[in-house]
Amino acid sequence: MITVTNARKRFGTFAALDDVSLDIPKGSLTALLGPSGSGKSTLLRSIAGLEALDSGSVTIQGRDVTDEPPQRRGIGFVFQHYAAFKHMTVRDNVAFGLSIRKRPKAEIDQKVGELLEIVGLEGFRHRYPAQLSGGQRQRMALARALAVDPQVLLLDEPFGALDAKVRTDLRQWLRRLHDEVHVTTVLVTHDQEEALDVADRIAVLNKGRIEQVGDPVALYERPANDFVMGFLGSVARLGDQLVRPHDIVLERDRATALALDAEVPGSPGVVAAVVERVVPLGFEVRVELRTDTGERFAAQVSRHDAARLQLQSGETVQARAIGRSSVVEAEPVAI
Amino acid sequence: MKVSRATRLSLRTVALGYLFALVGIPIAVILWRTFSPGVAQFLASVSTPAARSALNLSLLIVAITVPVNVVFGVATALALVRGRFRGRGVLQAVVDLPFAVSPIVVGVALIMLWGSAGWFGALDRAGFTVIFGLPGMVIATIFVTLPFVVREVEPVLHEIGLDQEQAASTLGASRWQTFWRITLPAIRWGLTYGVVLTVARALGEFGAVIMVSSGFAGVSQTLTLLVHSRYIDDHNTYGAYAAATLLMGIALVVLLLMTVLDRKRSDR
Repeated sequence: MITVTNARKRFGTFAALDDVSLDIPKGSLTALLGPSGSGKSTLLRSIAGLEALDSGSVTIQGRDVTDEPPQRRGIGFVFQHYAAFKHMTVRDNVAFGLSIRKRPKAEIDQKVGELLEIVGLEGFRHRYPAQLSGGQRQRMALARALAVDPQVLLLDEPFGALDAKVRTDLRQWLRRLHDEVHVTTVLVTHDQEEALDVADRIAVLNKGRIEQVGDPVALYERPANDFVMGFLGSVARLGDQLVRPHDIVLERDRATALALDAEVPGSPGVVAAVVERVVPLGFEVRVELRTDTGERFAAQVSRHDAARLQLQSGETVQARAIGRSSVVEAEPVAI
Repeated sequence: MKVSRATRLSLRTVALGYLFALVGIPIAVILWRTFSPGVAQFLASVSTPAARSALNLSLLIVAITVPVNVVFGVATALALVRGRFRGRGVLQAVVDLPFAVSPIVVGVALIMLWGSAGWFGALDRAGFTVIFGLPGMVIATIFVTLPFVVREVEPVLHEIGLDQEQAASTLGASRWQTFWRITLPAIRWGLTYGVVLTVARALGEFGAVIMVSSGFAGVSQTLTLLVHSRYIDDHNTYGAYAAATLLMGIALVVLLLMTVLDRKRSDR
């Protein structure tokens, strides 16, 4: 378990961390999610000891490590750009931490063999990092970090430098790996899909502060504010509220829409809008709309609904929201 | 950009002609002059006591200069790339100074500093000869060769960045272990090239060394000083050519040795 308490870190006049406190439960896979400059990487590097906090403390497994160097924190760290030791073979890369600890050669060979099997690089033992693909290098880096039996595994945008297909494969692989090894894992990402996909807890950061912490479903359905809502998925502004495009229902008849809307407590009301474009996306249809005040938004409706409504560009429809995944306490935040 | 065949050919001709006229012909002339009387004569000329002593002295200066420059050059490069301290800009400029200052000025400055009438003259009067002795020649050589290792290692350090070293530290390596196992292997190419340049320059240094050497044949003459004194003082033109050829030969051997060593290491 990792506890960060009142962490502050400034780079010049820029506050990277502004009084951040966070608990990461043992055995969890927690994602630190936020836009660039939100402080998520700084937070992770502070846990690792690669950045020194201006104030605040970091505890790992009940031990205060605030003033300990990275060497004595019991961590494994994976970098975005792999940080492979280029002059060493895959075997020597993975063995590095163990050879620093002066373990007997037989033990090192056995451990390296096991790890290379887990990450699927058994046949690559004698290759150099330059002879591996990006995905293979990152798996090697993971094996290297796991070799020293870290208490926590810290991943700094580990899939950020990989192409989309490899990224999806690798993050599902990471999830399975985590289910097997159960090491407390913290993953930094700016990709909300990645966070929702792999993490069992997500902390959303913005401007050096934590906006909300929770499990993916809670964050998606009950975001604490407009920022979290906007960052965890696409949003449309309906009346004075932000709603998910798939929570918008379209009707042709205003009276029907008003009657149905009355049954939804706290709804933003019914908004009339002109259909600008209908985009079939396979299993659903995106309807791009514009209100008479000129505000654009999109609704995502099922194929079935789209067929029933027979929507054409230029027609006026009535949009209403069904009450899910809206901000608990709406505060006016510019998105 | 497309370049026509004629332009390419004429560019090539100009470049080769230029190299040949400025580098090729002089070297060819020296080689021809050296070996036209026969190899035996060449060997006799470079194995006189004065020549042997000059060769030894040159190699001794190289042997002292290279380790000193490697240690301080790598440390300076690390400080310049990794350090965040006041006066880094000044240090940057100072490192380039030996490139800008004429070696003869270096010689004069060293005499003013270390000579018996200089600031540190007490040392000289106490019997530890710096100027007109080996220490003076070594200091002068270190001064003029100082930038090579720094300037060759610096860009490599920039390029490798901090990631690998930070990864090593998260894996438990101390700073010292990280330096030996990660940083040093990563910069070895730059370092090797810096050493080659240092050796070449140390062997060839003339202006700074002639100022601080007493210039006695068989005592305090380096190979370059030997070439000079044979040609100017002794009017022994052939001897000068022979010594010059020896000088070139050593530089060539160093260059080849380094290339072979590096290839072996990177093949591993």
